[in-house]
This record gives sequence, C-alpha cells and structure tokens, in this order.
Amino acid sequence: MAVVPGTGTGSGALGQTAPFREYTLDHAYDEMFDAAGQARPQYAHLFERLLTVDPTELRQRQSAADLAFLNQGITFTVYGQKEGTERIFPYDLLPRILTSAEWDVIERGLTQRITALNHFLKDIYNEGRILAEGIVPRELIYSCRHYRREMRGVPVRRDVYVSVAGTDLVRLPDGRFAVLEDNLRVPSGVSYMLTNRQVIKNIFPTLFNRYDVRPVDQYGQALLATLRSLAPAHRPDPTIVLLTPGVYNSAYFEHTFLARQMGIELVEGRDLFVHDNVVYMRTTGGPRRVDVIYRRVDDDFLDPLAFRADSQLGVAGIFNAFRAGNVGVTNAVGTGVADDKALYAYVPAIIRFYMAEEPILSNIDTWLLHRDEDRAYVLDHLDEVVVKAVGESGGYGMLIGPQSTAAEREEFRHRIEADPRNYIAQPTLALSRAPCFIEDQVQARHVDLRPYILCGDRVTIVPGGLTRVALRKGSLVVNSSQGGGSKDTWVLNA
Amino acid sequence: MLSRVADSLYWMSRYLERAEHTARLVNVNLYLTLDRAPGDAARHWGRLLAGLRMPPSMPSDSDPAAHATGQVLDLANRDSIAASIAAARENARQVREQISSEMWQQINRLFLSVRRDAPDPGWTGRTHDFLMSVIEGVHLFQGITNATMTHGEGWHFIELGRYVERAGATAALLEVHYSDPPGPSTTGVGGEYVEWVGLLRSCCAFEAYCRQYTADLRSDRIAEFLILSAQFPRSVRYSARHIQASLQTIAQLTGRGPGRAERLAGRLLASLDYGQVDEIMSGNLLEYLQSIVRQAGQIGAAVHQQYVSYPVNQALSA
Repeated sequence: MAVVPGTGTGSGALGQTAPFREYTLDHAYDEMFDAAGQARPQYAHLFERLLTVDPTELRQRQSAADLAFLNQGITFTVYGQKEGTERIFPYDLLPRILTSAEWDVIERGLTQRITALNHFLKDIYNEGRILAEGIVPRELIYSCRHYRREMRGVPVRRDVYVSVAGTDLVRLPDGRFAVLEDNLRVPSGVSYMLTNRQVIKNIFPTLFNRYDVRPVDQYGQALLATLRSLAPAHRPDPTIVLLTPGVYNSAYFEHTFLARQMGIELVEGRDLFVHDNVVYMRTTGGPRRVDVIYRRVDDDFLDPLAFRADSQLGVAGIFNAFRAGNVGVTNAVGTGVADDKALYAYVPAIIRFYMAEEPILSNIDTWLLHRDEDRAYVLDHLDEVVVKAVGESGGYGMLIGPQSTAAEREEFRHRIEADPRNYIAQPTLALSRAPCFIEDQVQARHVDLRPYILCGDRVTIVPGGLTRVALRKGSLVVNSSQGGGSKDTWVLNA
Repeated sequence: MLSRVADSLYWMSRYLERAEHTARLVNVNLYLTLDRAPGDAARHWGRLLAGLRMPPSMPSDSDPAAHATGQVLDLANRDSIAASIAAARENARQVREQISSEMWQQINRLFLSVRRDAPDPGWTGRTHDFLMSVIEGVHLFQGITNATMTHGEGWHFIELGRYVERAGATAALLEVHYSDPPGPSTTGVGGEYVEWVGLLRSCCAFEAYCRQYTADLRSDRIAEFLILSAQFPRSVRYSARHIQASLQTIAQLTGRGPGRAERLAGRLLASLDYGQVDEIMSGNLLEYLQSIVRQAGQIGAAVHQQYVSYPVNQALSA
C-alpha cells in the first residue's frame, strides 16, 4: 500500500496534504487518482474543493442531510432485527464521477445485455432453441428453483419479461467495467439513487454547478412510460399500480417513494381481486380495473392459486388474468432463472447467440461448482476465491476466501459438496476504490455501480445509478444490509 | 381512494377521539373525587367505567379510583388509552403516504410519549399531567390534520370517524348519568351540583353551558345543551350534522349515489334538528339516548358496508 509521494507541483500531491493525508493507493483502480497520484481530469474540481474544505462545515452539512433523510423517512429495515429497526441508509458525501465516454460504453453494454436476456427468457419459455443447440445446458435451467413451468407458452407483452433490472458493475484494475451480476426479479435501491442526488445538491451546490452533470430525476417518468408501454394492447389509458408486500417489507420506503413519484396507486394484495380473469382494485368508488401491475412481491407469494397457497401477500387468480392477457405484470414471473448466478457464466454466450455480437461489457471469470474440474480447483483454493450461493442476494450465503477463517471454509466445503449446483465461485476482485469523507479525512473505500435499466417499448437507462460503497475499512461487501452505503453518481455531459 | 385506506383513516380518527374522551373523563373524575363523599367513590368510578363501556365490576378490596385509573392506563388492557393510541398509530402507519408528514410525526410522537410516560395506576401527581398530554396531543393532531391535509375524500373519512365516535360516546355518557341522576338524596351537601359539573366538564362544556344558561345547572337544560345544541362542538346534534355533511361529500367525490349510511345519518340529524328537550325529557330519555348510541353504530357499519366491504358481484354488475 504505497503512498505515492507528491510531485511537488501541488495538484496531485497525496499523502502530504490534508485532508488526503490518509489516502493510499494500491493495485485496485482508483476512481480519483491515476497511478502517478494525479487527480483524474474529471475529478479536478472536486480535488481542489476538498483541499480547501472546512471539515466542520462539511460535517454540519452532513448532519443536516441526515436529519432530512430521517424526517422524510428515507430509511430501510434490516431483517433479523426485533421491531424492524428503521435506519437511515448510510451514504457518503463525495460524489463518484464518470465521464461521458465511460458512461457510453456502460449504456451500450447494458442495453445489449438486457435485450439479449429478454430474448433468452422468451426462448426458454417457448421453443428453447438455445437449449436445443446445447449453448446452455438444459439441466441448468430445469434445476433452477426460479424457473417457472407455469410460464411456458404464456405470451408476454412486447416479449419484455424484464422491464426493470439492476445490474451490478465493478471496475477492474485496468479501468474497464465488468458485470458482476444481474438482478432481474425485484431490484431495489433506486430510491436511494434519487434521494442521494437531492441531498448532494444541498451539500455541494457550487461544485455541482461547476460540473455539467446529467440529471436523474426523470426516473419516475421513465419508469411510468415503461410501465404504460406494457399495458395490454386493447387498453389505451391504462391504470397502473405498484403492488407492495406492505409496511413490514424492508424496501417499503422505496415502494411508497416510487408510487408517489409516478403518481400511481400503491396497493397490497388485499386491495386487489380478480373477477372473470380481470384484475380490479377495491376503492371507495367501487371496483376499478387494473391494467398494469409493477409488482414488488416475489413469484412465490404472488398468487396463492398458482404458487404458494399460504401466501397472504398475493392475489388469487392474478396469474390467470396475466395469462389471459388482461393485465400486465412486470417483471414477469420466472425471470429469476436469468439472474441465477450459475447462468451468469453463460450470458456472454447468450449475447452472441441472440444478438450475433460480442459482449460490450465482459463478465467476471466464474467457476461453476457443479462442474467437477471447477469444483476441484475451488475446493483447493478456498482461501483465495469468493464463493456465492446462486439464489441468494444481499451479500448473504457468501464466503470471501482471503478474509475467512478455517472454520468458515470447512463449513462451505461441506455445503458445496452437499449441493454443488447451488454454488459458484469467482476470483477475489480488487473492486475499484473511490474517495470517501470519513472522520474528517478523505479515505479510499471499495465501490461498485448499480445502474437501473428500464425496458419497455425502448431501453432507458438513467445516467449513473447507485454507487454502493463498502464503508467498513478494507471491506469488500457493499450491500446495505451488511455495512454498505451509497454515493451519488455523476455522469458528466462531456 | 382504496377502500382499505379509507377504512384505516376512519379508524385512526375514531381511536384518537376515543383516547381523548377517555382521558378527559378520567381526569375530570379524579378531581371530582376530591369533592365527593368517600362512600360514593365505588359507585362513581363504576359509572365512569360504564360510561366508557368497560366492565364496571369493581374488586371489593381495591381503591375504586386506583382500579378505574388502572384500567384506563393499563397498557395491556384493550380499552385503555394507550391501546387506543397504539391502534390509531398502527392505522396511520398503514396509510402513512396518505397523511401529511406533520400528521405522522405528531401521532408518532404521541404514541412514543404515551408508551414512555404511562404513570402508575392510582392517582399520583403525574396522572393529571399524563392525561392532559394525551388530550393536548390529540387536539394537536386534529389541528395539524385540518391545516395540512387536503380536505378531500381522505380528510372526510377522518372527520367521519371523529364524529361517529363522538356522537356515540357522548350519548353513552349521558345515558349513564341520567340512568342514575344525582338528586339531593343521593349525595352529600352540594354533591348534586358537583356531579352535573362533572358531566359538563367531561364534555368540555361547563363554561359554554354557563355562558348560555348561567350557572344554574338543571338536568333538562344540560340534556338540551349536550344533545341538541346546534353550535356546541361536542353536542350530539353537532356531531350528527358533521357526519351527514362528510357522508354527502364522500358520496359526491366517489360518484356513488346516496346509500344507507346517508339515509341513517339524515334521519338522525333530522330527529335532532327538530327535537325538543321537553318532549325528550318527558318521554323515555334513556331509551332515546340508547337509540342514538345504536344509530351511531349503525352509521359506522353502513359506511363500512358501502365503501369498504361491499360485495364485488353486486358492485361489478351495478
């Protein structure tokens, strides 16, 4: 962890100037400084601002921002806590800045990826050409818990199975972005992206002005337009609702936030009923037909007639209404097969198959532990790799080799041998690091990037997305449920 | 609006009104105890519990005041003040996006303070402060609601909840008092006066009554004031008028025709608008009051049937 000595000309000096005194570079890509310790051009204004910043004033502005978050109830609930503790989503003051050129690659890459994945979902729920040609093994699909046979042959409006996706990107040491994983079921976090932007504008108005930052506030409108485009064709003025599991769900704040931003009704399962395969909501003015449901309830709980019979969160008969083409439900049922972590390894092949193009954004090398060779290698190198359970999210069910104890590795060895299909492994990545304002100093922390991709009659990606940061020093886990936080992401116009 | 949301707003409002009414009743009675003959305590506290529609039985060995206040302050008791406020807050929480953030913050603050500051049963110096804080907390919430919420459908359901609760509770309270009215034989010197003051103060009505009728407390005038006053905000007639007005507005806003709830409310209001106290007093007063309590309950049930739990088959074929 060498501290790069100052060059003496001032603008790139690390290690000597407050508040960068504790800033170090290592082999990971640094978002702000190049290998020589010079601030990258897009960070120049921020760098200069930080040299003259008064930490007390900045801390005061941060407290004001914290209070604003709390008063507005921008919180999340952590599972496993008694009484469902609501906490402010931790965030860091300093924006993460991307150039227009960097964003262009990301945007094109993600557009390509979501298009290919929608083709893939249509294919495996219909003819299955990609399976017939042996590109993706059948067993992988049919052994996936999230593959829903109920979706076979069911027509989907515009063939869009995934209309809202959150894809996690990491920046590799050579500066390229790569895809870490796709989230195609009920990805969350976009409300933090939107509120971060509000808060940062309050903390750094002058700085924001000096940069030409692309806006993100249009997300609500873009999402609404996307949902509207997925209404059944014979419903020209569709009624759109957001289906939430309710107040006890950890992402409830986001559900209310988005419903408000879009001006649509926020409903729970008990507000809806199905009659003659048409979905209605129960209002004081009588039943009102529903045309599109943006559902934030998992497949399993969506319809007690079609899926889990004990679900209290769903609507009996909603899947039939969907099958009959009388209501749009998005993301469609059964998209989880495409964000299965084992399928991830095949996504580059999927892109080539449907788009006849090379993937613009590459994958991370992945070992599939149901393959004997891969498993043998990984079990031999458990202390070097990251092992993940294929169906989990939130950073749970994960082993980070270099930071694990012998006991933890033994535990995972047993789990892998018991159920190899359930695990994949990847090399421990040096996630890129970005400057964070911690204890009145600027320090480097690992970050990733989650842009949100909307796919309706067209693909729309709001510039930036959620930069998640592992706030604990040295930690690589960015998930909010385990000590992660977020940063505002600025995509510049130039 | 969603039926579930309307229902939650209605009940949030009813529970808050209930908590305020209970707190005031207990507070007034605690002070009355000082002026009463000691032997009468059990009877009076039993009446208080009856007025609140709680089981009036008193364990013979306990101090009646302590027992009664214990009932209303006991967090575990379903009918206690704290339980009412908790229920109100839970309803508010389910529809948090429909109420203003100021409203949410106030009800949350009230809930937390009730939980934190619940005093020991029995009369201590803190009991009065606690009860006043509940009353003021609810008043503040009602003021914030009027000032920060659009007076649309949701607001009208909140009004409806408050006045349905108030009409029923006032009539029930009056029934208890008039079923065992204070007379010179039943209480000590000046005792009758104290009881009537207690009744009026329980409805925040003592000063307003005096302004209208002077301090000459007569049972018929008190009944007239608390049942038939067009202007006093806690009279049954005033509540009935607001119930009818809110129902009419809700019917308009939802595009539904007038239904059973409006008819019941209209009938109740008409009987109060055209009622005369001498007729009421010479007839069966208790039955009259019981009928009002029943009608308030029927109106509540009719609202629920019409706007919340209507059967879908009928509604779809309409």
